Amino acid sequence: MTDRLLTWTLGAATLVVVSLIAVIAVFLLNESLDTLNRVGLGRFFSDSGWSPTMGRFNILPMIVASVLLMAGAVIVAAPLAVLTAVFLRFYAPSPVVDTGRRIIEVLAAMPSVVYGLWGLVVLVPVIAAWQQPGASLMAGILVLSLMIFPTITIVVHSGLTAMPQRYIEASLALALNRAYMVRRVVLPAIRASIAAGVTLGAARAIGETMAVMMVTGNIVAVPGDLFDPVRALTSNIALEMAYALGDHRGALYISSLLLLAVVILLVLINEFIVSNKCEY
Amino acid sequence: MKCLFACGRITVLALVAYWIGFGSSHAGENLRLLATGSSTVAPVMAELARKYEQAHPGARIDVQTGGSSRGIADMINGLCDMGMVSRDLKPSERVLHAYTIAHDGIAVITHRDNPIDVLDRARLIEIYRGEVRDWGDVGGAAGVPIVVVNKAAGRSTLELFLHYLDLSPDQVHSDIIIGDNQQGLKTVAGNRSGIGYVSIGAALHAQQEGVPIKLLTLEGAEPTIANVTAGNYPITRPLNIVTRKPAQGAVSELLAFIHSDEGASVIESLNFVPVR
Repeated sequence: MTDRLLTWTLGAATLVVVSLIAVIAVFLLNESLDTLNRVGLGRFFSDSGWSPTMGRFNILPMIVASVLLMAGAVIVAAPLAVLTAVFLRFYAPSPVVDTGRRIIEVLAAMPSVVYGLWGLVVLVPVIAAWQQPGASLMAGILVLSLMIFPTITIVVHSGLTAMPQRYIEASLALALNRAYMVRRVVLPAIRASIAAGVTLGAARAIGETMAVMMVTGNIVAVPGDLFDPVRALTSNIALEMAYALGDHRGALYISSLLLLAVVILLVLINEFIVSNKCEY
Repeated sequence: MKCLFACGRITVLALVAYWIGFGSSHAGENLRLLATGSSTVAPVMAELARKYEQAHPGARIDVQTGGSSRGIADMINGLCDMGMVSRDLKPSERVLHAYTIAHDGIAVITHRDNPIDVLDRARLIEIYRGEVRDWGDVGGAAGVPIVVVNKAAGRSTLELFLHYLDLSPDQVHSDIIIGDNQQGLKTVAGNRSGIGYVSIGAALHAQQEGVPIKLLTLEGAEPTIANVTAGNYPITRPLNIVTRKPAQGAVSELLAFIHSDEGASVIESLNFVPVR
């Protein structure tokens, strides 16, 4: 009887969450449709620029910026995070493991605006002293990688802790050295955890708004190099939603819809990697 | 166990006392107002609200920013009780009622270490059009690139500044686009070759707090409260509270407080010019 009660409670909770996501998606779609019909999807990629109050709706530079920011942050943070997790699991002495893990948990829970403020006041001036104007794609990537590094580390570390002990015992029995064991046994075995960590990190990176808005300079243009300012889709929504009307507002809803699509795509890719893990 | 029991009783007594006190002193006075809009007006409004709340227990005034356009849009959509707008109303917005609470100007700012002290309007136009890209060309350090800091669209500080320079948003070449005043101040404070523009009140306040910025003299007039008051400074503007209907009840009481001597001293302490 209690089991059935639990099943229903859990089912109801799941249903609420799932339908909330559906409601949000339908809302975004509904708000976008008018503009999509009037302006047409093509113009969001082919107009001569982004000045929605004058009827120009090209969001391509901002899509490029968001994707570059996300990819850059993952490229910087993911290897560091995996190495840190492996170090904490197999190499670090136990007092270091405990404090290290705790510090990383605090970092993961830190509000993003704190990272943004630090980026604006400390990181951007340092970059500006080297390459003007400082507020740039580079600054965004660095702040984002700092933000997602703890998330990925925690997920990968959990994967390492949950890994079957017999893999390690078998490696020891074969007299493999630790480095070899990590490379050929451990890392392949936790591929799914790494994928999950990277997906979480990437989703956080592409969805981040405040921290990115504070350090990237917010110029709508495809960056020529790492030191050019960029505007992410999220920053654009935050900067303009407050006063946007009509098709301008619709265009911002379409940006939100795009972001949602990217996150769904990320989850699907993760799913694909996880479902292929039985090769090992 | 005994102690636990005693402590429990004390807590209950305290709660009862609190409730009785709460009931008597706050009876019939439970007021909440929401103000949204300009990030220039917001700090003034927040400070005025704090003082007003102290004098009127039970009153609560929430202040949210998002730019003057948000203040207007929220007011028209009935999402707030007061819209904060740091400019005159446009003809299309005249359906709203505006109450000027203070005057402010827009200051052109650079990093404190920038050797430039004075810029004229023609040089500013060249800088904001991107025709001059080196501080050396306007009398500053040669070889140092000018980093133009501009405001995001929908901000009245941007509209007024571009109106003064007679430029359209499309003509401006900017290197960094910022949202509110605070981000502008921090950006210029962190970049030795930056130039930006913010509310005079906000800039003077930041300078007093030790933020390394410099306010440039424009057309021979220093951006000071005295010059804004006397009307000598070229870019000035009213800070307005807008409402849909003529102010009444709580809002008009708050406005009366803002226009009182006490309100004026709050406004002066934040480097704005009070209206009496």
